[in-house]
Amino acid sequence: MDIRLDAISHAYGGTEVLRDISLEVPTGRIVCLVGPSGCGKSTLLRFIGGLERPSAGRVLQLGSPPEGCLNPLTYVFQDFALLPWRTVRGNVSLVLEDHGIRGARADAIIADVLARTRLTDFGRALPKQLSGGMKQRVAIARALAVNPAVMLMDEPLSALDAQTRELLMDDLVGLWARQPFTAVYVTHNLAEAVRLGHRIAVLSRRPGRIREVVEIDKPLAERGYADPELEAARQHLWTLMREEARAADEELIDV
Amino acid sequence: MSEATAPGQAPVEVRFRGGGFAPKANRWAGAVVFALAIAFVEWGTRAGWISALTLPRPSDVLGVFVELWQSGLLFKHLAPSLSRLVVGAAIGASFGVTLGILIGLFSHVRAALVPVVAAIFPIPKIALLPLFVIWFGIDEGSKYALIAFGTFTPTVVATYGAVDNVDRSLIRMGQSFGLSWRSIVLKIVLPGAMPGILSGLRISLAIAIILLVAAEMLGAEYGIGAYILEAGALYDLERLFAGVVILSLLGVVVSSAIGQIEKRLLGWRS
Repeated sequence: MDIRLDAISHAYGGTEVLRDISLEVPTGRIVCLVGPSGCGKSTLLRFIGGLERPSAGRVLQLGSPPEGCLNPLTYVFQDFALLPWRTVRGNVSLVLEDHGIRGARADAIIADVLARTRLTDFGRALPKQLSGGMKQRVAIARALAVNPAVMLMDEPLSALDAQTRELLMDDLVGLWARQPFTAVYVTHNLAEAVRLGHRIAVLSRRPGRIREVVEIDKPLAERGYADPELEAARQHLWTLMREEARAADEELIDV
Repeated sequence: MSEATAPGQAPVEVRFRGGGFAPKANRWAGAVVFALAIAFVEWGTRAGWISALTLPRPSDVLGVFVELWQSGLLFKHLAPSLSRLVVGAAIGASFGVTLGILIGLFSHVRAALVPVVAAIFPIPKIALLPLFVIWFGIDEGSKYALIAFGTFTPTVVATYGAVDNVDRSLIRMGQSFGLSWRSIVLKIVLPGAMPGILSGLRISLAIAIILLVAAEMLGAEYGIGAYILEAGALYDLERLFAGVVILSLLGVVVSSAIGQIEKRLLGWRS
């Protein structure tokens, strides 16, 4: 299932946030949205998943979601959004219960996604016992459990420290290599974007417009830490963003 | 820097200035304060510099207590009081939690009922006792109503505050996974509001115990409240204090029961 953003514009009150965004998210690819803070990239992600409505333009699904898909558009949030009163298993089973999946069928799905995120031994742990990286892996396991057509990842690594971020990036690459998924990945971290993105859309500062879409053809599995080719791409992205980021940083916030 | 490391100057250990401001559990301190206060009063009344009219002698109060126990009157008073407390508080708290959740969830209900709750919260419920007697009869009905009404308002306020404080990002997560409205309320809002609801219940139940005495002012032969009021009318300080001690103990029991429930239900809190 592909996603197409068709001329999306948005304004909060009198403040224009996004202007005329059109973008394709093809199946099996990771599309990264990067841009200075406050450029509306997270807002755009909320439009894609239907959590908010744009003032103008449409988000279109092309084709139908795959067989057995419980929740086609599934988020992974920056703050993990785990229920603190449920165990790791309980947090995953939460999203299955509403689809009437219980008992042995639920156990099979939970065992599978926990194995894929290397959490098999932590099924009974409560979120408060887990490190940040593990919490985000639980959130990813929960997202995988509903077999999404498109994963909408809102700065999933931004709340983590640098080492954990590297590890989790490897995990995401591993997950994708075993079973390619479609994702829209919002980040302000260019290293993440060049490591995980097949296509990187650079947004300008508010009102956000697409400045450039950069394609990186190198397969995910071959992209290593401090890869010179990726470094060049990152340099290029940074020259695109640098002035925007500075200007965005010096803007007054008027709410 | 360079002077400090110069030869001839002895190194000085950095003075510790952290610490404090971290309450620690100490289960004996409370008991010691109680024991000291009681010993002080006992000493004063025995030595004569506290007159018998000012405070009863603690040992006499204990004597009344033993007498109450031996005559079986203790349970004759305690049983009706406890049933009034349980029934009244259960009615008040369950209505309060339900309405609090409705106020928390629906803007219309909130707009309509928050002013009403604010209006009835400060009314001294004792003042309404005669009204309740007319509405619900002089028997148990008016007593249940008074206690229920008194527990209801603080429970409502605590509950809708707790619902307001449920992490919106969790609700957003539930919506993003396509959870039904019912599931979001039952599995996210309600457990998320539980800490606030329970701490509200602590206050409501203490108020219920206060109102128990008021409820037994009219038409009660037995009951801790009736016992205290009777002793008060006769200026029988020993019996008055024995009754008050029972209410205090009741408060401690209720509070620790809620503590146990919190430990069980809220173990997930860090």
